[in-house]
Amino acid sequence: MTTAREFSLAELAICAAAEAWRGAGEILAQGIGPLPRIAAGLAKLTFAPEIMLTDGEAYLVEDPVPLGAPRTERPSPSGWMPYRRVFSSVWSGRRHAMVTPVQMDRWAQANISALGDLQKPKVQLLGVRGFPGNSINHRNSMFIPNHSKRTFVEGEVDVVAAVGFGSNRWPGAKPYPVDIGIVVTNLCVMDFNGPDHAPRVVSLHPGVAFEEVQAATGFPLIAADPMAITPAPNEEQLSIIQRLDPKAMRANVIKGNPPGLRAA
Amino acid sequence: MNKETTLRAAVGELKSGMTIGIGGWGPRRKPMALVREILRSDLKDLTVVAYGGPDVGMLCAAGKVKRLVYGFVSLDFIPIEPFFRKAREAGGIEARELDEGLLVLGLEAAGQRLPFLPTRVGIGSDVLRFNPDFKMVQSPYGDGETLLAMPAVKLDVALIHTTRADRLGNTQTDGPDPYFDALFARAAERCIVTTEELVDRMDRAHPDKVKTNLFERSLVSAVIETPLGAHPTAAHDLYGWDEAHLREYAELARLDDGWDRYFAKYVVGDEAAYVDRARGREHISGLPLPAM
Repeated sequence: MTTAREFSLAELAICAAAEAWRGAGEILAQGIGPLPRIAAGLAKLTFAPEIMLTDGEAYLVEDPVPLGAPRTERPSPSGWMPYRRVFSSVWSGRRHAMVTPVQMDRWAQANISALGDLQKPKVQLLGVRGFPGNSINHRNSMFIPNHSKRTFVEGEVDVVAAVGFGSNRWPGAKPYPVDIGIVVTNLCVMDFNGPDHAPRVVSLHPGVAFEEVQAATGFPLIAADPMAITPAPNEEQLSIIQRLDPKAMRANVIKGNPPGLRAA
Repeated sequence: MNKETTLRAAVGELKSGMTIGIGGWGPRRKPMALVREILRSDLKDLTVVAYGGPDVGMLCAAGKVKRLVYGFVSLDFIPIEPFFRKAREAGGIEARELDEGLLVLGLEAAGQRLPFLPTRVGIGSDVLRFNPDFKMVQSPYGDGETLLAMPAVKLDVALIHTTRADRLGNTQTDGPDPYFDALFARAAERCIVTTEELVDRMDRAHPDKVKTNLFERSLVSAVIETPLGAHPTAAHDLYGWDEAHLREYAELARLDDGWDRYFAKYVVGDEAAYVDRARGREHISGLPLPAM
C-alpha cells in the first residue's frame, strides 16, 4: 500500500498511536478520547485483530464502534464487560489503555485530578479516576494533542494520579511496577526507555526538529539513536480511519487541524 | 412483611453526620427522588460515598456534605460535575478522592466485615495524600510484598434506584451494567430502595427477569415507588439522562445564587410537583438513552 499524498496531523498521530498495541496480545485495549479510540480500532482492523475493544458502555465488540454511531447502528456484542469486570481486567494486568493526561512529568507521572492544592484546588479536573490502578497494574500509553510545557511540566505534576518512576514514592525497592508504552503528541513519539527510565524522543513527526520538541518540554529529553521520522499513513489506513470516524471528529482534536506534512 | 414506605418517612429516619452511600454511576441510575428529599430536609454534615453525578453535586451545593468519598463526580457529557467543581474550588468539603477500583475494594471489605482488603492500587499515587490515614501492610508470605490496606468503607445507609421491586424487598435492575449497587447495599447497615415499578410479589410479576436481581431482599430495609425518580439521570431501559435539564443546571453553577435558583425552580415542594416542573411524565419517559 502506498503512502498517502495528503493526510492530516491527526491522522498521522492516529497511525502512530495504533502502534501502541502492536504485539500486545489478547488484552483489553481502551483508547480514551476520540484519537486513541480511533487508533485502537485501526490497530484491531490492521495488525492486531486479537485485541479486545468495548463499545464504550458495557460490551465487548469485534467490530470497532465508529465515533458518534447512533445506538441503532452499534455492532452486536461479543462479550460483556461491565465496570466490575473492567477492574478485574485492570488488576489482572491484561489491559493497555491510552489516555490523555493534563500534566505529565519526567518520571512519567500523570495528572488528571486537579491543579493546585489538594483540598482547595485552583482548578478541579476529573479526579484521579482509574489512573492509580491502571498505572500500577498494566501498560499505559498517552496521547497529548498540544505538546507544551504546560502539559510536560518542569517539576512534579500537581497531583500524582498515574504513578511513575519517581523514587521517593515507592515503599519497596526497584524495579518500579510501572510500564509506559508510547507517548504520542502533535510533535513526536516518545517513550521512557532512556537510561533509568529517562524520557526519550523515538520519532519526530515530518518537519519537526528535536530542538522544537525540547523547547516545548519542561524537562530534558534524550534523542533516540537513531531517531526516526514518524511514518506517514497509507491509503488503507486513511480509509479505515474515515470509516471509524465518519463525522471527522478527529479534525477537532489538534488545534487548527494542521496537515501531516508541514508547509516548507 | 411489607417494606413499602414514603420518601418523607425514609429520609425522616436519617440523621445528620451519617455516612450515606449512593448507588448508580455518574449520570446513570441515581436515586434522585431520595436525594431531593434530603435536599428538602435539614440534614447536614453528611459523609457521602459515591461514583458521583448530580446527586453529589446537588448535595454539595446545598451544603449537606462534610466529607466526600468518591471515585469520580461527573455528568459524562459534562466531564466535571459543575457544583462539585464549585464546592471543591471553594475548599468547602473534605475530599477523600479514591481510585475508582479502590472504592470497590473498600465496599467489598465492608460487606465482608473485614477491616481492609490488600491491593497495589493507590501505592505511589496521591490517593495517599487525599487519604492520609491509609496504611500499608506486608504480605506474610514469601514474597513479602508491601501492599495498601484499603480500609472498609462502611455505610450507615445506602440509597439505590431500581427498575422493579416488590414489598418484600426483592428488586430487579435493567440496563447494560449493574455498576456497584450490590456492593453499596452490602456495605450498609440499612438500604433504602426506590423503584420505577412496585409490585406485590416479584415471583408472580416478573419471574422471567430474575437474573436482573442484583442483591437479596434481606439487605433491603425500605422500598419506595418513585416513577421517574432517577431524573435527571438515566434509568435503563426506561429513559435517558435529561441533557437539556443538566445543561441548565450546569449553567446555573456559574451564578452566585445558582443553586438557590435551581432549588426554587425544581426541588422545593414534592416529587409530583418536580415531575411537572421538569416538563412532565411524557417528556421524561421519552428521553432517549445515551449513545456513547
